Amino acid sequence: MAILRLTVNGRAHSVDVDPSTPLLYVLRNDLDLRGPRFGCGLSQCGACTVLIKGAAVRSCIMPVSAAAGTPITTLEGLATDGRLDPVQQAWIDEQVPQCGFCQNGQILTAKALLAKNPSPTDAQIREGMAGVLCRCFTYYRIQAAIKRAARLMADGGERSEGEVVA
Amino acid sequence: MSVFTSVPPEVDAAVQRADGASRRDFLKSTGLLVVSFSVAGVAAPLQTAQGPGPYPDPDFRQLDTWIVIREDNTATFFVGKTDPGQGTGTAFRQIMSDELDMPYDRTSCVMGATDVTPDQGGSGGSDALQVDGYPMRRAAAEARRVLLEMASARLGVPVSQLYVRDGVVSVEADPSRKVTYGQLIGGRRFNVTLTGDNVNAATGIAPLKNVQDLKTSGQPLPRYDIPAKVDGSHKWAVDVKLPGMVHARNVKPPFAGATLTNVDESSVRNLPGFVRVIRSGNYLAVVCEREEQAIRAASALKATWSRPSTAPFPASESLFDYIRSATPTFSAPPVVVGTPDAAFQSAAKVVEAQYEVPFQGHASIGPAHATADPSNDQMTVYSNDMKAYGMRDGIAQFLQMPRDRVRVVWMDGPQGFGRTAADDAGVEAAFIAKEIGRPVRVQWMRHEETGWDTKAPAYVVSMRAGLDPQGTLTAYSFEARAADHNHLGYNEHDTVLIAQLANRRKATPNRGSVGTPSEMYAIPNRRSATHVVGLPLVWETPIRTGNLRDPNGPQVTFATETFIDEVAVAAGADPIAFRMKLLTAGTTDDSGFKRARSIAVLKAVTDASGWDTRVSPKPARTGDVLSGRGVAYTFRNQTVVAQVAEVEVNRRTGRVWVKRLVCAHDCGLVINPSGVRATIECGMLHSLSRALYEEATFDTETVTSMDWMTYPTLRHTDAPERIDIVLVNGDPNPNRPDLPMYGAGETICKPLMAAVGNAIFDATGVRLRRVPFKSERVLAALKAARV
Repeated sequence: MAILRLTVNGRAHSVDVDPSTPLLYVLRNDLDLRGPRFGCGLSQCGACTVLIKGAAVRSCIMPVSAAAGTPITTLEGLATDGRLDPVQQAWIDEQVPQCGFCQNGQILTAKALLAKNPSPTDAQIREGMAGVLCRCFTYYRIQAAIKRAARLMADGGERSEGEVVA
Repeated sequence: MSVFTSVPPEVDAAVQRADGASRRDFLKSTGLLVVSFSVAGVAAPLQTAQGPGPYPDPDFRQLDTWIVIREDNTATFFVGKTDPGQGTGTAFRQIMSDELDMPYDRTSCVMGATDVTPDQGGSGGSDALQVDGYPMRRAAAEARRVLLEMASARLGVPVSQLYVRDGVVSVEADPSRKVTYGQLIGGRRFNVTLTGDNVNAATGIAPLKNVQDLKTSGQPLPRYDIPAKVDGSHKWAVDVKLPGMVHARNVKPPFAGATLTNVDESSVRNLPGFVRVIRSGNYLAVVCEREEQAIRAASALKATWSRPSTAPFPASESLFDYIRSATPTFSAPPVVVGTPDAAFQSAAKVVEAQYEVPFQGHASIGPAHATADPSNDQMTVYSNDMKAYGMRDGIAQFLQMPRDRVRVVWMDGPQGFGRTAADDAGVEAAFIAKEIGRPVRVQWMRHEETGWDTKAPAYVVSMRAGLDPQGTLTAYSFEARAADHNHLGYNEHDTVLIAQLANRRKATPNRGSVGTPSEMYAIPNRRSATHVVGLPLVWETPIRTGNLRDPNGPQVTFATETFIDEVAVAAGADPIAFRMKLLTAGTTDDSGFKRARSIAVLKAVTDASGWDTRVSPKPARTGDVLSGRGVAYTFRNQTVVAQVAEVEVNRRTGRVWVKRLVCAHDCGLVINPSGVRATIECGMLHSLSRALYEEATFDTETVTSMDWMTYPTLRHTDAPERIDIVLVNGDPNPNRPDLPMYGAGETICKPLMAAVGNAIFDATGVRLRRVPFKSERVLAALKAARV
């Protein structure tokens, strides 16, 4: 065990765990952050995704020691001042989730994608999201939501007038 | 931290009444429920003499079981269903709000807590509205009736001179005289008894509203559960955290039918956080204080296993030969209409084909999980089991505890689709919790879930058709073999995996079943024969069948709707025109107007897709990418669906991309069109994944498809460019006041594999009779046909 300092969603924490523990279990079980979820433990599905330096990272295989000292954002930390991120708003507007279990990874991967490329083409969305799996198969809606989020972000985060909510 | 920290907030909120009494206390005072909890969450000493348990069944004949109205004029509905992600909870609120005349926004819904909600069986069969919606509506209608009588007494005006709007009863002649539901009943019980022999028949004396008078029903309301699932605040079954809770991981047998001969506990005893090794027969698990410690200990535990004397199953490459040659474990008596033998003899042309569908898994995005609390001589299991009531019964029997000392609290989880009707982790968690006397959380690892989950049965279907000289279909034969012996699916205490491994299974395997064609084609002479076959090893095997989103429909419909396309080609007819002729040739219909509605749905998909009427395949084929369109149609119960797929097939790589999907869908009265559309869209893509990618693979003793690399599924890159959905109402009188609600979900999954295969034929002229249409298989078929 070792004392490690983590900064998650802008808050500092110190945890006493085995440094090789995957970040996922520390976030969920020690910090009570439940946005990231266990899907495979193999970095194959994306359900455990968190943002580190703006990049979508799979917390199920990253040792907690590798994440110490670097600001981490989880789904719970995506909203700012109680206001949903445009990606989250687009997810609600498009009524994306079925069961919703994988959507943490979908939302955060989309967030990272849009941060790098604010107006992605359809092909770039498909490629950029290809590694995040959904077993309810909400892919079509997710892609629509990413395009909606891109428009929201271009408009300064406001929902444009007259848009139909699904 | 209270024991209830992890109960969904809506449950917490809903059970709190304005007077501060909890739902459970409320019911306790009606003699329905008693509950007590150790705040520490650690088991109290076992009592020897047991009185009545804390969790008697909520009585479906009590109106109070279904509806609570508070003084602030808000209502909570308690229903015995679960919502695995199709938005049924929102629909339940809509139909009950409508019958009660309460604004949707002033209602909430609690589902699937076996001690709090009436036993409606949980989810399954896409029957949430078709079956379970009716007692909900009748209970709400009865509540409205009773409230109107109370208002009549309070206001001194006959009921006939009152009206209700938004939970407020007013005098027609003087609307300033009014009283709210909350003022009438808030904080008190209805004390009204319903009648009915079973929960589905539960009713008061109030009639249901005519569908034309429903206001909230039919509206595309957003799902109430989505915002919390998007902002990260939602509490899932995987999130349950109890004081003193430990973590367990299973150690699965390394091959099917393995016997555990030795466990070397010293291999893990000194690992950090080690608590216990749990062993019962061939069931083996490790318990540790922390989750990552349990994962580590489960992989470090040294165990010795011995092999069975014969191979448990054929390797997946030989599966279909095995199914063809195996002696059936059950054959249903053939169903014969007309004189098929004579009709085949006199046919001008006979078409024959055989179709193959492999085992396909649920491969849930989140592995099986549950958390069990054994404190105070009771057992509470927090689970995403879609049939929470069945799990409660299974756990009580497995632990030999009185049923009223066990409860299952359903919470959201990864999609159900039948996997959580045969859930294993709940019984495992309860078993371990009882053994160690502490709350325990169990979660399977990915290799366990993909390797050992229940699978849809594999099929071999032989089809035969006879055509007369005019190309009319006169004789039809369907013969199916399904590898479905010992089908599991209902949380049975003697068939869940731990019961098998711990040698507590029942003696006789379940019989299994085989589907039959579901269409309204008028064919004068028909024969249908079905056989169940079993694999050599029946128990303690990772190849076990269960309910996957219509357990048999997709396999059977792949065969029948591909075959009808082949017959259309033989008859020189357009695929839709040929089907339409078979539908319109019939003159009889059933009570649900299935023929009329089938015709309407097929016509709707023709129009919506802009169908290009011609014989398949498409004549001109040039370039690397070939395009084509295919159709398929079916029904399930009274829900009728037709789908068109437009595909692109790359003849250099064999890759199939379904560019566009069109679905015409008739499920009767639509309660929430937004929810139905989302369910259709995602259900089609689920079947597309099965059509293009999904296939369980195995050698003769181990499943080799155990993660997302070895069990590939549809990805973002495969999503269609466009999906069009038409909600059809093909009832001959769509405005009748009693228009029924049917199901949405499973029917959608049935025709799609055939629609895609038919489109591939249209594009390439090559007929694929085995799913999945993996690129390498498509490429090989194209090369063999020199396309």
